[in-house]
Amino acid sequence: METMRVQNVTPNDLPWKIRYDASRCTLCGSCVSACSFRAIEAKVERRRMVFSESEFPEPKARFSAVPVIRQARSIKNYCRGCGICEKVCPNDAIGPLRNPDNRHPVVTRCLGGDSIKRGGRKNLEGAQRTLDKIRVGRISQMTDPSLDAQRHTFDLLAPFGRILPPKKLPLGVGPEGLLQSQEKTPPVHWIYPVIVGDMSIGALSWRMWEAVAMAVAYLNEECGLPVRMCSGEGGVPVRLLKSRYLKYMILQIASGHFGWNRIAKAMPHMVEDPAGVLIKIGQGAKPGDGGLLQANKVAEHIQAIRGVPKADLLSPPNHQGLYSIEESVQKMFLSFNAAFKFRVPVAIKVAASATSVSVFNNLVRDPYNIVGGFFLDGIDGGTGAAHEVSLDHTGHPIVSKLRDCYLAAVAQGRQGQIPLWAAGGLGKTGDLAADAFKMMALGANGVFTGKLILQMAGCVGNDQGRCNACNTGLCPVGITTQEGPLVHRLDVDRVAQNIVNYFLAMDQEFKKLLAPIGNSSLPVGRSDALIATDHAVADKLQIQYAC
Amino acid sequence: MCRIGAIKSLNYVHPSMALQLMQSQQKGHDNSGFAMVMHDLGGIFENYKHLPTLSMACTDEGIKLAEEMLHEAGFQRVMQWVPETNPQPGLDINAMPNYVFETFDFPKHYRNGEAKEKEELLLDMRLKLRRLLEEDEQGFVYSFWPDVITLKEIGDPRDIGTYFNLWQPDENFTAKVITAQCRQNTNYDIVRYAAHPFHLQGYTALANGENTFYLKNVEFQRKLHRGYIGFESDSQCFLYTLHYVHRELNWPLHYYKHVVTPLPFDDIRQREDKEQLLAIRQSLAHLEINGPNTIIGVLPDHTLFTCCDAKKLRPVVVGHTDDTVVVSSEVCGVNEVLPQRDWETDIYPNEREIVAVTNELEVQRWKQ
Repeated sequence: METMRVQNVTPNDLPWKIRYDASRCTLCGSCVSACSFRAIEAKVERRRMVFSESEFPEPKARFSAVPVIRQARSIKNYCRGCGICEKVCPNDAIGPLRNPDNRHPVVTRCLGGDSIKRGGRKNLEGAQRTLDKIRVGRISQMTDPSLDAQRHTFDLLAPFGRILPPKKLPLGVGPEGLLQSQEKTPPVHWIYPVIVGDMSIGALSWRMWEAVAMAVAYLNEECGLPVRMCSGEGGVPVRLLKSRYLKYMILQIASGHFGWNRIAKAMPHMVEDPAGVLIKIGQGAKPGDGGLLQANKVAEHIQAIRGVPKADLLSPPNHQGLYSIEESVQKMFLSFNAAFKFRVPVAIKVAASATSVSVFNNLVRDPYNIVGGFFLDGIDGGTGAAHEVSLDHTGHPIVSKLRDCYLAAVAQGRQGQIPLWAAGGLGKTGDLAADAFKMMALGANGVFTGKLILQMAGCVGNDQGRCNACNTGLCPVGITTQEGPLVHRLDVDRVAQNIVNYFLAMDQEFKKLLAPIGNSSLPVGRSDALIATDHAVADKLQIQYAC
Repeated sequence: MCRIGAIKSLNYVHPSMALQLMQSQQKGHDNSGFAMVMHDLGGIFENYKHLPTLSMACTDEGIKLAEEMLHEAGFQRVMQWVPETNPQPGLDINAMPNYVFETFDFPKHYRNGEAKEKEELLLDMRLKLRRLLEEDEQGFVYSFWPDVITLKEIGDPRDIGTYFNLWQPDENFTAKVITAQCRQNTNYDIVRYAAHPFHLQGYTALANGENTFYLKNVEFQRKLHRGYIGFESDSQCFLYTLHYVHRELNWPLHYYKHVVTPLPFDDIRQREDKEQLLAIRQSLAHLEINGPNTIIGVLPDHTLFTCCDAKKLRPVVVGHTDDTVVVSSEVCGVNEVLPQRDWETDIYPNEREIVAVTNELEVQRWKQ
């Protein structure tokens, strides 16, 4: 017997083990061809069969070569647990099983000498979510009647743009006792309180991105929901830039400035203004880190849109040339405001951090009144690619940070002047309406969501380590990949339909939450409507404790 | 639920009329108090219209402290009226030992000053007095303003009327505008300051209902003006917003309605003045009110008005004769005090209007 090689990788070292039942397998090969990670392969095994042909046992042995499906024993092509093999198997002969004895975090680092990268969300499962310890506890009854969610008309709109303090409104009384505007005010758009978060074309496949854009256009034009979508930092197809649908898009600029060459060139041909500009400073899932698009996802069309060669595309963690918050206001905001002639609101997105309130205070006190939104992204947000150590261990939860910012505004009498938009794991349990509603009662004007949109499209990843392979460009459902055959797995129309339906369902659910508290408009700042079943949460958020 | 009422007349009327107006609606309130604010005073106050009158309930020590502070600030008392009380046994009233109405002349260096300057001084003085007497509950300072008197007591309104001899009309204690309400705050502990009507710099407001945007309003109003304090009742928010919109922003009264119950976005978009209405809705979002309520307000020029919440969840009716207009939660109140009026001309304001009564008693309806 040869010496044991204990360092060799075997399925038991990997996060997922393939369950394979040879007796059910017809060797159709569907699973092997469907596995985008090449984590299973067709092999031939040598089998020994002992048999007897006489009336009395006369054992004989026969050897045969049997084709089987086997798990790859590699830290490169390891099974991500996506379950596509199970989906395509006609006989339920194969599927992944979570391996509780997984040694992958150690083995991968030892063999690769490199940090682990992946997509998805934080995978360290902590205690129960804060938002699940909060309920809408103020129910209108008796003298203050609840509303009828089905029949009442609700104003489900949130501001995007800088709102002036009342005494700065340039309104004067005209001759007939009517207020008249004496000068222009910053642009403010009232939009649906859920923005489709910034996911770039590049991080997403072109079909996925197109499906989201289609859903957003449909929601606006057919359903009357003024939903906006943020482009992410990766440019926008020129055809869209020149179309009237641009008005539903919030253009993002981040430290890599990817795609802005084309956007700038398209400006003279734009027939509509974009819905806004979002300057991304940080991201909740990987705070302090820039964007990361690995070369294997930089396909030809991505190179064209972004104007880059096929290479790893790293946005620097910092915006070059921005040394202070004041500078970010003066330089970036003024230039983008000026670029669209002060018709388009410009907002900022930062990762939630221990210092978020200071940043917010600086912006809310700026004398130019030009910061049109403070997008705050918490640790539970998703990403297409990041170092696992950043994903799991850096960042700040969104709930208390959003509340802190709101209360900081309250302390200065400036609430609402820079609309607060929150994200980072909202809708993680699938129920975005409840999460968004609670965040609004705590002070958010609206929320934005990315990962949940992917889940609507069919993303199979979860926060227990399933799939999380967005960074590889091998997304098994065609969402975060630029590989033609994988992208074509995604049915654009069905994705768009799912997103539209989810928004319609969520819209209903908003109303079912607004009706009992008697609100016709969004419950921004109505923390009196919330109760917490946890003392620490109640104290921190300054809401009522109930048990 | 509480009931509110207001009288505005071309003639000076006695508070007994307000008591009658409220008494007929007593089944709708819990008889836990009586409070009123009188504007445009007659009787013994008629000759002092330009000088501030202090309305205060207090202990003996409280009077001393308040007068000392006012004298120190240079105010000189020119008139004092202590209502003659009738403390019969068995009256349901929880009165402070003293109720005083004192009229003062301004400190010398203010006498020729700008009106605005004087108005700020009066507010500052009232706030200082309130803080001074708050310790040990030495007294409650309800108003300190020219041509305005406030009375608030805890107990059965009938007995409060008896105690202060308010059931007997006389010529001495009258006004052209009286607003009244008969209920202490029942949602929380009984606090004298929590009884409507509330007064601030010539503005008076009272409400029937509740303001479910109380917290939103309070959090915003606290930082808007030094006079926005107390918040013992959610209805104080209505007064402060009225004061802010009309006095601080200097907007016409009908914009008050656009602030407290803004039009839905769809309606705003149809309007010619959408730019202004949207700006108002945006910048004053935290002054929006919600929940069922009817508001009655008085402006410094004695204009009386009423408006309702956006869903019209609380009643109000305006009845009038040639010389008197009455605003009341229930029509039985109007029937009681204006039995001869033509009830067919009564107005039941809707959720999108303000009904305002000018000093000439012209009743105007402004559609939002």
